[in-house]
Amino acid sequence: MNIFLKLLKVDRRFIYIFIAIVVILPLLLKPKFPVVPSQPVKDVYNYIENLPEGSNVMISIDYDAASMPEQQPFLEALLRQLFRNKLKPILIVQWQLGAPLGTMGLEKIAKEMGAKYGVDYINLGYRPGYVAQIVGIGKEIRDYFKVDYRNVPLDSFPMMKNVHNYNDIALLVGLEAGATYLVWIEYAGGRFKQKIALALNAVSAPDAYYFYQSGQIVGLVGGMKGAAEYEVLVGKPDLAVAGMASQSYSHLVIILFIILGNIAYFIEKRTKSKEGGK
Amino acid sequence: MGTTIGIWIAAGLTLFIYSFLYKDNPFYKFAEHLYVGITAGYWLIYTWAYVIQPMLLDPMIKNKEFVLLIPAFFGIIMLTRWFPNIAWLSRWSIAFTVGIGAGLGVTGAIQGFILPQVQATLVPITGFNFETFNNFLIIFGVLTTLIYFYFSKEQKGVLKWGSKIGITFIMVAFGASFGYTVMARISLLIGRIYFLLSDWLKILK
Repeated sequence: MNIFLKLLKVDRRFIYIFIAIVVILPLLLKPKFPVVPSQPVKDVYNYIENLPEGSNVMISIDYDAASMPEQQPFLEALLRQLFRNKLKPILIVQWQLGAPLGTMGLEKIAKEMGAKYGVDYINLGYRPGYVAQIVGIGKEIRDYFKVDYRNVPLDSFPMMKNVHNYNDIALLVGLEAGATYLVWIEYAGGRFKQKIALALNAVSAPDAYYFYQSGQIVGLVGGMKGAAEYEVLVGKPDLAVAGMASQSYSHLVIILFIILGNIAYFIEKRTKSKEGGK
Repeated sequence: MGTTIGIWIAAGLTLFIYSFLYKDNPFYKFAEHLYVGITAGYWLIYTWAYVIQPMLLDPMIKNKEFVLLIPAFFGIIMLTRWFPNIAWLSRWSIAFTVGIGAGLGVTGAIQGFILPQVQATLVPITGFNFETFNNFLIIFGVLTTLIYFYFSKEQKGVLKWGSKIGITFIMVAFGASFGYTVMARISLLIGRIYFLLSDWLKILK
């Protein structure tokens, strides 16, 4: 009993140390941990697998450095799949601070896969006013992106010659750390019937499941776990898969702390009511 | 060499930020202020280089697109909020933004959210299988949650029980959100520790 009551007064820094240990140890020891892809993640992967060669896939970078560990592994896995299947990524950015991350991921994987800029992929960069932009792309993408991220005119790139609006984009993949995905669903999906797949930070993922259930998005990749599943599907386990053992063990520790904390809370409550009765 | 210096700076700043877990200290404060300053500076440069120059100045100077003076004017008068005497001018820009936002919002919400979501609730509950059970849960969950938010009549009898079941569904949703939030925060920690162990200390390959 006393142990539980002492637990209530434990310094929270001990909990931080516990969490740090269960995160660091699995990264060092690398235990084998099964990652089984879930249906919403498989749906994104399969949809892309079934796209005809040469299709344009728009990737919207709607995250910044604070979400890098969750989104960057998925971006890289997605790009590997796109280049492998000879699909053409068109990168756009709605979050200014995400622009370097998107560019970094795109350049890294393009180099790895031998893709050529302007022919196999393009980076259009950031433009302000995402609501107007998302509605406007339904008419003509050049109204918002006359030039690419290096100020080179769009029409000078072979792959962009026949790209004008959502009709020319087979799939939009939103990598989302906030609520920008709602605007994609509202206008690109609702008004222009653009097919959308989402990769959301784990914080936002539960709020998007009803769009998956309603068929408004083709699939959903949630957080680092979703990214790990995607890495497995693409066949190149990377950072997200490496983190899954740490993720699972730290969850176990947190569950344990929640259970112990609740037991201690009820014991304290009971002890107080007994003392009050006397 | 440049990359190595960058990694050392990033690793140092990561440790400065995590030092807050022990207690507030000058190293944490330094890293925090540096982050805010760099972010503001980055925004400024980025807005100039990727917005004002290519979308306003270049088209006007190179292509003589003087129609852009109109949005530029509305943008500039937004800044009059700093000057109380002429602050009223900023209302024109705000009115313009609110008007467009409201117009887009109404049609967008109906087309993008309400109709597809209502449609997705009209699911078959025939047959005796797992899908039927799931569909029943969706319908039952939506109805009881709506009852919870029905405030026009005192909640007693059927309304009271419907409301109680509704709040249970809401709590389950909150639980799922909280679980995902824990997962998200641990993911961020994993990302940083992975960076420290691999890029900085070179322990991981």
